[in-house]
Amino acid sequence: MTTLSPTAEDGAPPVFYQTEADEHDHSAGGTTLGFWIYLMSDALIFATLFATYGVLSTSYAGGPAPSQIFDLKLVALNTAMLLISSITCGMAMIAMEQGQVRSTQLWLAITGLFGAAFIGIELYEFTELIHEGATPMRSGFLSGFFTLVGTHGLHVFSGLIWICVMLVQLGQRGLVMENRRRLMCLSMFWHLLDVVWIGVFTFVYLLGVLR
Amino acid sequence: MPTHPAPLTRLARLALIPLLLCVAGCQGAVLDPAGDIALQQRNLIYASVGLMLLIILPVMILTVVFAWRYRAGNKEATYDPHFDHSTSLELIIWSAPLLIIIALGALTWSSTHLLDPFRPLNRISATKAVDPKQKPLLVQVVSLDWKWLFIYPEFGIATVNELALPVDRQVRFDMTSTNMMNTFYAPTMAGMVYTMPGMRSTLHAVLNRQGDYEGMSANYSGAGFSYMRFKLRGLDDAAFTRWVGEVKGRGAALDTANYLKLEKPSEQVPVMHFGSVAPALFQRIYERCVTPNTPCMSEIMARDNAAGGGGEPNPMQAGEGMPAGRQSIPRGKPEGGLMKDTDEITPVPHNSKPRLPGAPGSTDPGSPRNRDLTFLSQPATPGQPRAAHG
Amino acid sequence: MFNETVLKTIFGRLSFESFPIHEPILLVTFAGVVVLGLAIVGAITKYKLWGYLWTEWFTSVDHKKIGIMYIILGIIMLLRGFADAVMMRTQQALSFGANEGYLNAHHYDQIFTAHGTIMIFFVAIPLVVGLINYVMPLQIGARDVAFPFLNNFSFWLTVAGALLVMVSLFVGEFSRAGWLNYVPVSNLQNSPDTGPDYYLWALQIAGIGTTLSGINMVVTIIKMRAPGMTMMKLPVFCWTALCSNVLVIAIFPILTAAFTMLMLDRYLGFNFFTNDLGGNPMMYWNLVWIWGHPEVYVLILPIFGVYSEITSTFTGKRLFGYSSMVYATVVITILSFLVWLHHFFTMGSGASVNSFFGIATMVISIPTGAKIFNWLFTMYRGQIRFELPMQWVVAFLLTFVVGGMTGVMLAIPPADFVLHNSLFLVAHFHNVIIGGVVFGLFAGIDYWFPKAFGFKLDPFWGRIHFWGWVIGYWVAWTPMYVAGLMGVTRRLRHLDDATLQPLFVIAAIGVAIIAVGIAAFIIQIVVSIINRDKLRVGDDPWNGRTLEWATSSPPPAYNFAFTPVVHDLDAWHDMKERGSKVPDSGFLPIHMPRNTGTGVILSGLAAVLGFAMVWYIWWLAGLSFVAMIGYGIFHTFNYNRDYHIPAEDVAETERKHALAGA
Repeated sequence: MTTLSPTAEDGAPPVFYQTEADEHDHSAGGTTLGFWIYLMSDALIFATLFATYGVLSTSYAGGPAPSQIFDLKLVALNTAMLLISSITCGMAMIAMEQGQVRSTQLWLAITGLFGAAFIGIELYEFTELIHEGATPMRSGFLSGFFTLVGTHGLHVFSGLIWICVMLVQLGQRGLVMENRRRLMCLSMFWHLLDVVWIGVFTFVYLLGVLR
Repeated sequence: MPTHPAPLTRLARLALIPLLLCVAGCQGAVLDPAGDIALQQRNLIYASVGLMLLIILPVMILTVVFAWRYRAGNKEATYDPHFDHSTSLELIIWSAPLLIIIALGALTWSSTHLLDPFRPLNRISATKAVDPKQKPLLVQVVSLDWKWLFIYPEFGIATVNELALPVDRQVRFDMTSTNMMNTFYAPTMAGMVYTMPGMRSTLHAVLNRQGDYEGMSANYSGAGFSYMRFKLRGLDDAAFTRWVGEVKGRGAALDTANYLKLEKPSEQVPVMHFGSVAPALFQRIYERCVTPNTPCMSEIMARDNAAGGGGEPNPMQAGEGMPAGRQSIPRGKPEGGLMKDTDEITPVPHNSKPRLPGAPGSTDPGSPRNRDLTFLSQPATPGQPRAAHG
Repeated sequence: MFNETVLKTIFGRLSFESFPIHEPILLVTFAGVVVLGLAIVGAITKYKLWGYLWTEWFTSVDHKKIGIMYIILGIIMLLRGFADAVMMRTQQALSFGANEGYLNAHHYDQIFTAHGTIMIFFVAIPLVVGLINYVMPLQIGARDVAFPFLNNFSFWLTVAGALLVMVSLFVGEFSRAGWLNYVPVSNLQNSPDTGPDYYLWALQIAGIGTTLSGINMVVTIIKMRAPGMTMMKLPVFCWTALCSNVLVIAIFPILTAAFTMLMLDRYLGFNFFTNDLGGNPMMYWNLVWIWGHPEVYVLILPIFGVYSEITSTFTGKRLFGYSSMVYATVVITILSFLVWLHHFFTMGSGASVNSFFGIATMVISIPTGAKIFNWLFTMYRGQIRFELPMQWVVAFLLTFVVGGMTGVMLAIPPADFVLHNSLFLVAHFHNVIIGGVVFGLFAGIDYWFPKAFGFKLDPFWGRIHFWGWVIGYWVAWTPMYVAGLMGVTRRLRHLDDATLQPLFVIAAIGVAIIAVGIAAFIIQIVVSIINRDKLRVGDDPWNGRTLEWATSSPPPAYNFAFTPVVHDLDAWHDMKERGSKVPDSGFLPIHMPRNTGTGVILSGLAAVLGFAMVWYIWWLAGLSFVAMIGYGIFHTFNYNRDYHIPAEDVAETERKHALAGA
């Protein structure tokens, strides 16, 4: 499609139809753009949950306050898990660029393990809270907290499922074009979750304890 | 190409109908105010319509004229297929509405501030200033399901579904709600303001003309909403004093127990008078602590503030006084669907199922017994008192 | 006792009594639906059409077929929403003084809730999305949308949502909390029944479909334009579709989040919007209106595009002020986010906040006004052919400006204090939605119908349709403006003041006139199909200006045998002026996406999930959810998603078409 002049100023009759083979309708870049837009809309869900948490963050309704229930050490460990998984996810992408299927799978599996550790720690944290009586039904603050953090956790969990599916598909077909595209999307998804988590960590946990 | 000129003239004629109907409608409450605030609000409507007609009318006329003149059948009209841009015309196109909006914006800014419901009045009417020595009459308004409670703390009386006001005296309404969101609206007196549970809103207004008017809730709030109306009576000073005396003489007391009875959902409630009112009732209503042994919002907030830090060591530990798990949900809060055990699930019958023996159901139009089909007769929810049929 | 527990485990809170067996109106409707449904199913079976429908339509990823299916869905749901309107109008016309009318509060409140919900989510959105789906890829010279499977999936999700709303008519009940399902009415304490749950699941499922479709359309417009079509050569309809879908992507996540929180309140006893324990009901109002106000622009912007295309075609002129039209659209898109608070000025936000939002709202009328003038000056010095679509445009201009004026009145906070929640407000938004969106949708259907099917819609019935709607609108809604000024508020089931009755009787007559319009619309379609040979037209019946008219009517599956190259705005007009010729040889194989049933299956499972959750049938909910995820994953293992139409087939199709045209 680069062979066309926008107007026929040179006197030659203008070209009105493209007669040679073209791939412009295959939207190779379309998936990436589309996934980006999807991620933005997902980010908006988080933004809404953040905003709601912001409004409700001091509505303890006589129940516990953040400083009483948050265990920063545990959360710091959790954060580390997710940050490391982001690095290993990056390694998987490098391996993919180099066309090494085994190495991609390995790094992806490691990413999944760290993600699973993150989920495990988060579940432990939630169980402890509920056991102490700090349930999401207790107050507006706790509802907002559990929903925001839980939604992030659900995203990580679906990321884990995706990683498992990806591992199988890589095993079946290797680094074909579709799989590379899916891996790109997966890594964008995973990194977004990291970014959101940094927001959660700062805004919910650190500020909550400081408040 | 065939053309159809007739539709256009008919279209133009259609535009007249609204005008005619508007003339008929000018007797209406909003356009015939009895209070100074409503009067200013009406004048604002007139002014803004006038301003906008400056641009709306030419547009409508031009539409008809252009459509007629440039119809394909008209060979006399110029056809200029290349007329698709004109900088000066586009400048006018953008600036004409802009100018109108600047004028309207100025009007909006000043009128919004002048007629802010929170703001005490600066005049009683166009000809009368506010007496600075006279405090505004305070009326506390509570929207219950589905009736209005008016408390006059100055006189220690309360009424249901009847609001009497002395004319030409500034009134300050403090408003709240028990359960639903409603709006307190007396179209002849002033614009509406929301009443919300756990919140207090305020409206300053005055009534300038004696007479009986209508008031209502203007925000849908459930089954009994249509009947959530009250009588607004404008009385002169002497008549108002007499009215207060009469209400006081009735004797019925709005104590906590009576209030809790009144709070239960009911419809088409007749006017009620209470000669005395429990102390600080309004405050306890909006702080949601009328029921004995419930903490008020201000207490909870004080506790929250202490719990939230402020640098002080915190006496309250996590989970203190809270049994584990679902039992920690305080008071009679309804349980979410997923939290229910199987035997706690109640089948939901369709509302058309007859509830009372012999109830005619919705098949008998106009029967007052149709009342039985409102959500009052839904299965009782934990924490929600089941209303008696009345 | 044992039996009861087993029954509850299997059926949740669904019991025999959940069916409206005591409600004659619903029973008759139900019988009618069953008879009609059986007749349709029988006919399809008899003529062995299931296979055809499944392979050619339900599983189709062709944007044209999906567009048509969206429009059919919208028209069917329009009938349902209109039936609700008729019931409301008759109830209000009857119910004065001692007369209680024929609907109890419980029933009436569901009807106005369902009317609003259906008309916006399942009529306006599907019709607008359908038009965009059909027309936009053709206008940009593309072969399909960016994600054809996603398009099919979005459509079926919308159907799943609509299905849940329809099921609520006969199994249990719909919400009674207004079209936005307002708290506190819809919270667990005040509505422990199934109504709000039906609402939430239906809209959640349909909303996800709409979001996905928004992403799809935006990527299509950005990535798949024909060579030479720069953004400033994009047809106005595509510009407005782009802005509208950008809005969709920006606002629907907010609605999804808000509904999710209300679901958590209702299913798990959270405290987001409760009155006690730190909940904040006003939060819900803010969130739904941050969605709700831009939503009206999601609907009206593409329709502005429709009017632009039609005006320019039928005046035989290029649109006046194309670039100012584009800027106006973009400005409206951005401003629509800054005005949501005008839906509750009376909540007591304070004078400065109210003035800000009031003035921001008025500012929107500037670009909108500029658009109106642009259409006016497109007509100026044109040669206007008053075919059906153009008649709608003139009716729109005359109707819409009144709605715009009353809208600005409502934007002045102190005036809004007396007009808020009144019938004046209701009349205003029906004025802009009917006079703007609905008129435009009909104009668009009349305009593009010959594109989709190769024959025009019958003009006689079209004119009855037109006059039914235009006259009916004014007769029905002018009295409502007046009633609002007389202090009558909305959502009332019963009124005491019998002097108001004439207004409501006139309004009911207006609805009857609109009913004639709707009937004429259906008849118009049927008659046109019967007389299709008489009404058959060429590829370019209106002397169109944009690329959709450059291909045959109806277009082949691949839209364009050769991708057109764009040199100017109104590309097809330019091609005709300069005498372009479609090459008749040198066809190449065309790469196409393959049909798939995944969208239907996943959406069906989503509908089952929603139904199970509404009735607390946990095992079924779990099962359908797992099945949904499982099937979704299974679908990703299918790598064989496209094929090539061989060059010979393309040549054959084009040759046949050339013969037919000659």
